[in-house]
Amino acid sequence: MTDGARDLARPASKRELFVAFTLLALQGFGGVIAVAQRVLCERRRWLTREQFVDVLAVAQVLPGPNVCNVALMVGDRFFGWRGAFAALAGMMAVPLVIVLLVTALYAEFSANPAVAGALRGMGAVSAGLIVGTALKLLGALRANPLPLPAGAALLAAAFAAVALLRWPLIWVILGLGVAACGWAWARLRPRAGAAGQP
Amino acid sequence: MIAVAPAGLAAMFGHFLLLSLLSVGGAITVAPDMHRVLVDDLGLISDAQFNASIAIAQASPGPNVLFVAVMGYQAAGLAGAAATLLGIMLPSTTLALAAARWGHARREWRAVQAFKAGMAPIVIGLLFATGWILDAKVPGWHHVLLTVAAAVLVWCTRLHLLWLIGAGALAGAVGWV
Repeated sequence: MTDGARDLARPASKRELFVAFTLLALQGFGGVIAVAQRVLCERRRWLTREQFVDVLAVAQVLPGPNVCNVALMVGDRFFGWRGAFAALAGMMAVPLVIVLLVTALYAEFSANPAVAGALRGMGAVSAGLIVGTALKLLGALRANPLPLPAGAALLAAAFAAVALLRWPLIWVILGLGVAACGWAWARLRPRAGAAGQP
Repeated sequence: MIAVAPAGLAAMFGHFLLLSLLSVGGAITVAPDMHRVLVDDLGLISDAQFNASIAIAQASPGPNVLFVAVMGYQAAGLAGAAATLLGIMLPSTTLALAAARWGHARREWRAVQAFKAGMAPIVIGLLFATGWILDAKVPGWHHVLLTVAAAVLVWCTRLHLLWLIGAGALAGAVGWV
């Protein structure tokens, strides 16, 4: 993990990866992305905010659960495929046991209005956690080679297409993504010193 | 839960392997097709069980993809959970690992840097969209206040996220949301 970040930490072992991702997953109700950003960037400082956005970009574009892809990639960078497996196993093993236990209990409690209300309240908060995380990551756009107004326009377009127009994600990623990456490619030209690179 | 023949398990596993490669944006994006197979075609779970699977995974800690395991479990017990979860994870995991390595080894390439730079604003826009869509599923306006308050607290404070989730659960349990 070079990428110019100096005061970053790194996990000491695959076990630390496993434990960190287990703890992280156990704090994530209704989605783990907000906790992942908080823990990986702020508490453990394994990634900068910019690196987190990079990893998330790859995770979003590829098929598969985003947070699981994030765990894989982070684990892989520190300890190769074994690290990837440790991080992913941490993310899934204990939560899997819990979710199956909850399934067994669900039929009994789902009709209880307090339980149903609590679930609604947790859902509202987990939506807020994701929005708050997005607000925090906005700062990562300052270092982006795209000019700020362009970044803002792309962000707004992605939001509108998915949230308001409900277009299929794959078309949004292909359509906006190709345009945005092409634009960034053109912007990167002046300082692309290494000749002969594709 | 019903006794499902090995052929049924294999059909589930095979179908989820295929869906894995289509699940850009997470397994939830292919949930409609899971519904078609598990509820309509194979008749392994009911509509109510299908919806409950998603609700249970949302309310439990951990990645939302675990709703897939809940569906498999309701259809065929632990073997079913293994079939659906391994099916949805194996292809995407292999692909993600290979692609991430490919990109990381070439991180100085202009094309790779352009990909990261171009995708950054879109990724953040998609996070806002996820928050919006989660909130739009619930009727009423109290929960919007709760969402906004949680967003501001995450953005501006270092308050532990579990406090926020707990506060949301409490507000809901007393009937405010």
